[in-house]
Amino acid sequence: MIEIRNLHATVDGKEILKGIDLTIGPGEVHAIMGPNGSGKSTLSYVLAGRDGYEVTKGSVSFYGEDLLAMEPEERAAAGLFLAFQYPVEIPGVANMTFLKSALNAMRKHRGEGDLDAMQFLKLVREKTRSLNMTDEMLKRAVNVGFSGGEKKRNETLQMAVLEPKFAILDETDSGLDIDALKIVADGVNALRSPERSMLVITHYQRLLNYIVPDHVHVLAHGRIQRSGGKELALELEQKGYKDFGVEEAA
Amino acid sequence: MATTHSTPTGDTAAARPYLDQIDRLKGELPGAALSRVRELRRDGRERFAALGVPTVRQEAWKYTSLRPLEKVAFEPATAAAAAGTHIDVLPTVRPAGQTGPRLVFVNGRLRADLSSTDGLPDGVVLTGLADALSSHADFVGERLGRLANADEHPLVALNTAVLADGPVLHIPRGVVLDDPIELVFVSAAADGRATVFHPRTLIVADPLSKAVVIEHHVGPGGAPTFANHTAEVFVGEGATLRHYKVQREQTDAFHVSHAAATVCRDACYDNFILTSGARLSRNEVHAVLDGTGASCHVSGAYLVTGEQHCDTTTLIDHARPYGTSREVYKGAIDERARAVFQGKIIVRPGAQKTDGHQLNRALLLSDTAEIDSKPELEIYADDVKCSHGATAGELDDEALFYLRSRGIPKEEARGLLIASFLAEAIDEIPEEPVRDAFAAIATGWLAARRGGAR
Repeated sequence: MIEIRNLHATVDGKEILKGIDLTIGPGEVHAIMGPNGSGKSTLSYVLAGRDGYEVTKGSVSFYGEDLLAMEPEERAAAGLFLAFQYPVEIPGVANMTFLKSALNAMRKHRGEGDLDAMQFLKLVREKTRSLNMTDEMLKRAVNVGFSGGEKKRNETLQMAVLEPKFAILDETDSGLDIDALKIVADGVNALRSPERSMLVITHYQRLLNYIVPDHVHVLAHGRIQRSGGKELALELEQKGYKDFGVEEAA
Repeated sequence: MATTHSTPTGDTAAARPYLDQIDRLKGELPGAALSRVRELRRDGRERFAALGVPTVRQEAWKYTSLRPLEKVAFEPATAAAAAGTHIDVLPTVRPAGQTGPRLVFVNGRLRADLSSTDGLPDGVVLTGLADALSSHADFVGERLGRLANADEHPLVALNTAVLADGPVLHIPRGVVLDDPIELVFVSAAADGRATVFHPRTLIVADPLSKAVVIEHHVGPGGAPTFANHTAEVFVGEGATLRHYKVQREQTDAFHVSHAAATVCRDACYDNFILTSGARLSRNEVHAVLDGTGASCHVSGAYLVTGEQHCDTTTLIDHARPYGTSREVYKGAIDERARAVFQGKIIVRPGAQKTDGHQLNRALLLSDTAEIDSKPELEIYADDVKCSHGATAGELDDEALFYLRSRGIPKEEARGLLIASFLAEAIDEIPEEPVRDAFAAIATGWLAARRGGAR
């Protein structure tokens, strides 16, 4: 269970989140929709613990623990995963090395031993096959020279390998054509389970045709303005965000 | 050479203690019967007395001050102390239990008891200079002092004034050495006395030969040492010489090295230097591409922290057409350490179709770390391709957050990013065992740095 209470956060001294309240139960998929500048990405970075995003008020309880007191790597070890809107390119670090370091760091945190090279290879092969990824992508440097679709598949692969309790998908649909979007959505759907919660952040309703949420929230001006079921997304698709004081097409 | 600038002379007063030492050592030096050697030493002394110890007023030494040397009363290394120094573990890139050709020098003197030349093909000479001055007098007399320019470089002049011992390697025509040759240099201050020595290296790869030479520079520490190396390397027509060096001396050591290489037609010279040791180090590499189609790869990685100062100065001299040169240097600089990179490429008139590439990238790991980069191109031919680049930056915050968000602890993530940054240089080494060994040394440095930070 993730409980966000009255969360306020500033970036460069400017208040972006102005009191977010949100509770996400185990296995639930919540979608946050909102116009540009509403605070969607800020919320994901605050939850993941990025430097420069300062929480000024409120709390986040993550399965009973104080999430905001943890370092980013501790949050990951506790089971939080952020799929980045713009996955970072890291020249010189092979994707395979990166995945192995990440998995073994998490296993260490949980008091489990390192996987050896063979065990790890077997695990990764299984996961890549389900995502239509090639071994060649594992040998390349992390995200370097990857297409938009490859980057998002790589994020999904990391999620599949690390098996988080709670995944935040930050604008996973951005930069994807419909075919790439389907592949990524299939990968995400394969990871849905009664224990794993998800927070899907998006500007467009389209993604929610493929990753169908249990709950939809509208974020504008740093607060959740309205919550509802998946039909709320369709309503926004038709009416845009202007009911929330935002002059912008959805 | 027409390329020298008129520069003020160095500090001749600071040269005096060394001149006194030269005069005292004179009677003890080997090979005094050879007139060529006597001349070299005499000219070396004369030039050093005139040039003095380099100062920051001189362009070539603008960023590296040798003033800290003046605060230490160095004594010349003695043969007895070198012979008596106990050595327990010698560095190697070979797998445990494997042996191969190796010379070990303590304070510049050959320790035959720790060295081995077993298994070398017939005709290959691998020995110390002191021995070669009598056993291969003609060869040494003909080759010594031809490449390292004592007229312009004061520390080469100083080295030449007292040249006595150091590695001599001669690979005859067409001989391909499969096994790398390891040269181990131990800097050891006997009885806690500050010690200075001047090893002299001579490598001659005859046409169509091939060899890999790996230098290890280490020291137990305890008192300051000052190693003033000069190396001369001939790479004959169509020959390949791969020359690697790792310098891991203690942080009370001074390490100055000048390597002068001439690369003949269609020959290839590789030089790679990994530096993580010494309080003050300067590696100067001069390569003259003196035959059509000659090539050189002169690269390195430097890892410095604390108060360390590390200077890399290179000169690639394209004297003939169709030459290629490639330089890739990468450095990680932490705490209050300072690194210097001066890289000069000259393309002589007529050296058409030259392809020269130079890169120096430094990673500053603290606010007080410093890098001074000075790339220079002097091009006198019109149909050439030359590029250079120098960058200084910090670790990428975004990449660091990305790694941490996947559960990788902060220091491990930093280590991964630094290692990947350095890999771009270390990957320039084509010899796999050397590349792996150097990568492991870099990883060890990162781990020790992390341990210290805790």
